[in-house]
Amino acid sequence: MGLPRLPHLLGIEGLAPETISGLLDLSENYIDQNRSIDKRRDMLAGRTVINLFFENSTRTRTSFEVAAKRLGADVINMDVATSSVRKGETLLDTAMTLNAMRPDAIVVRHHESGAVNLLSQKVNCAVINAGDGQHEHPTQALLDALTIRRRRGSLEGLLVAICGDIMHSRVARSNIHLLQIMGARVRVVGPPTLMPTDIDKMGVEVHYNMKSGLKDVDIVMMLRLQTERMQGTFVPSISEYFHFFGLDHAKLEYAKPDALIMHPGPMNRGVEIDSEVADDLDRSVIHEQVEMGVAVRMACLEALIGGRRNALVGAVA
Amino acid sequence: MSGNTYKTAPPHTGSTAYINARIVDPAGDNEYRGAVLISDGKIADFGPNLFASGAPYGIESVDCRGLVLAPGLVDARVHTGEPGEEHKETLESAGAAAAVGGITSLLLLPDNEPPFDDASLIEFVARRARLIKLVNMYAYGALTVGLEGKELAEIGLLAEAGAVAFTDADHAVGNAQVMRRALYYAKAFDALIVHLPQEPTLSGGHMTSGEMATRLGLSGNPPLAEVMMVERDIRLVEMTGGKMHLTKISTAESVAAIAAAKARGLKITCDTAAPYFALNDLAVGDYRTFGKLVPPLRAERDRAAVVEGLKSGVIDAIVSDHRPQDQDSKRVPFAQALPGGIGLETLLPISLELVHNGHLTLPQLFQRLSSAPARLFGLPGGRLAKGAPADLVVFDADYAWQIDRTDLWSKTKNTPFDERPVQGRVMATIVGGRTIYRDDSFVTAAAAA
Repeated sequence: MGLPRLPHLLGIEGLAPETISGLLDLSENYIDQNRSIDKRRDMLAGRTVINLFFENSTRTRTSFEVAAKRLGADVINMDVATSSVRKGETLLDTAMTLNAMRPDAIVVRHHESGAVNLLSQKVNCAVINAGDGQHEHPTQALLDALTIRRRRGSLEGLLVAICGDIMHSRVARSNIHLLQIMGARVRVVGPPTLMPTDIDKMGVEVHYNMKSGLKDVDIVMMLRLQTERMQGTFVPSISEYFHFFGLDHAKLEYAKPDALIMHPGPMNRGVEIDSEVADDLDRSVIHEQVEMGVAVRMACLEALIGGRRNALVGAVA
Repeated sequence: MSGNTYKTAPPHTGSTAYINARIVDPAGDNEYRGAVLISDGKIADFGPNLFASGAPYGIESVDCRGLVLAPGLVDARVHTGEPGEEHKETLESAGAAAAVGGITSLLLLPDNEPPFDDASLIEFVARRARLIKLVNMYAYGALTVGLEGKELAEIGLLAEAGAVAFTDADHAVGNAQVMRRALYYAKAFDALIVHLPQEPTLSGGHMTSGEMATRLGLSGNPPLAEVMMVERDIRLVEMTGGKMHLTKISTAESVAAIAAAKARGLKITCDTAAPYFALNDLAVGDYRTFGKLVPPLRAERDRAAVVEGLKSGVIDAIVSDHRPQDQDSKRVPFAQALPGGIGLETLLPISLELVHNGHLTLPQLFQRLSSAPARLFGLPGGRLAKGAPADLVVFDADYAWQIDRTDLWSKTKNTPFDERPVQGRVMATIVGGRTIYRDDSFVTAAAAA
């Protein structure tokens, strides 16, 4: 099965199920490699990957950096805090400047929805969206899917609850798309003030309390309360939020006995998730998600700029 | 359109007959084959029987070959960059674009730098328009100082200087007490207040709330933020006995609320802008910043309700809401992009869709585009009447073409209608009897006649 040619990876919306399973299959190959002593391959030797992060991120940027280096690519991290972007250069000027240095891929995180799409129109290398505003975070959804698939065999037919700050979450949007494309059913659970308008039209069930929202679910995905994106009051207090929407053992009782607990990180312990639950080795797959993240990002880089790209693309293109 | 020309011209003297025209008379609500006689810049005579037996000898005559001849458009909502942002649009470039679009009078918004809250700015616009000698230009005065919605501007002095109405442009006046005082005070001068109804605390989003905004991850501006302000304004008009014109109506609920207020006899009128009956929020799908407007493009049901409002007459007028923005303002992430679209050259062809789709007759359309705005703002043009200014447009209602932003005359090219196929093209624009724009094909016809 060949992957269709992906010029960029900007979002999950619109991807075919075959593309998603293809990327997940590709990721599987890298899990063992990452666990072995010799982690490095030279598939991307001589290629340049630029990590362009307009928003602070340690986890995602490190994950992309590790992924690219393990494939042998040269990686440059653009620290926007000290770059000319702070001197007033526009996003597109930055894009065209970097493009002129002929990278093979640019990995972009930006605080505005749609910024990565805009940038991708101005460069002729591959662009990977590492999170744009409240829009999409495709590699996060892929790594979540890989984690679930390895634990449950398939995504099809699973019932997944995505809980918390849905409104400000690109992770929620990408996961809603991906899970539904792959045949899972999705619930969103949280206070009405953190639900985006007409979210039900994306095909999800909406719940305003954890009891009904978690009932019989296979997977509980917790989201970080993104106070930094909030203008005004969305919830009265952190303690009230934790009381009603924070995941603890009592609320977890509503879910299936073997339900998995996921969180995209970084966690706010005591805000959306109780430490005991987060650290429960039987239920929590939070660290596994981080591990799968590297494999998924290696697969995405391979699919977009890998040496084997032509072989993969050949049948389709 | 490089082959066509707009030009400044000396005052019209003598007489010109436009014969063989399909005349659209909004006041008479009818259309017929006939002629119009212009003398010394004014309409001297018109009708189906005029020159029916051929062009008169000794008078310049223009054979319209069955093209439509109607009162020129009166566009009550135009922003230019002059003064303050001349790189976006000058009064001259806006005048040229208006001429090409069949607009003979335009009303300039006061939100320039500096804002028109001082009589000298109103006089500046009048003087520049006289020098440019293209279309008629009028100006709004600011309703509040600095358009800040706090202190009343000098409404009386601005009116004396020539301001035809008062508005804070795209800023809604959130403070009900300020608006109440403005409505009371304006009564002394019989001044018309124009308000963009948006509850400011709810309308900070970047596109209309709903599924599309949720998918795109953009913060939403709920449609009900509009009708909440419409309803507040209706109560204030009722309380004060003042008069208000609500602008850029974009939602179904607003149309219904205004219909009810009109039925109660309140002095409320309203307009909408071309994007709100021609586009919906799908136009910003792919983060197209050219579709970022104030208020935002709404859902399909709202667009359909605006069309119904135009049909029923609840919505009195159509404006272009021309607002030039340069590349630096638009080629940025959606949330950072400045709102607004240009519209002078596309107002007529886009509005003609209402006729081609069977929603309005041509005379009804020209009530919305010409006679109603002229009447509402007390302007002399916009009608066919003996003695009225000869402000006319000649156009081919069926001519099919595709809007190409690079062909537009405006200095900036931010049209939300780029690449849209349309029907209807201006062949000549006449202001005070002077032909200020003529399409090449019409020049040939006129020369041959």
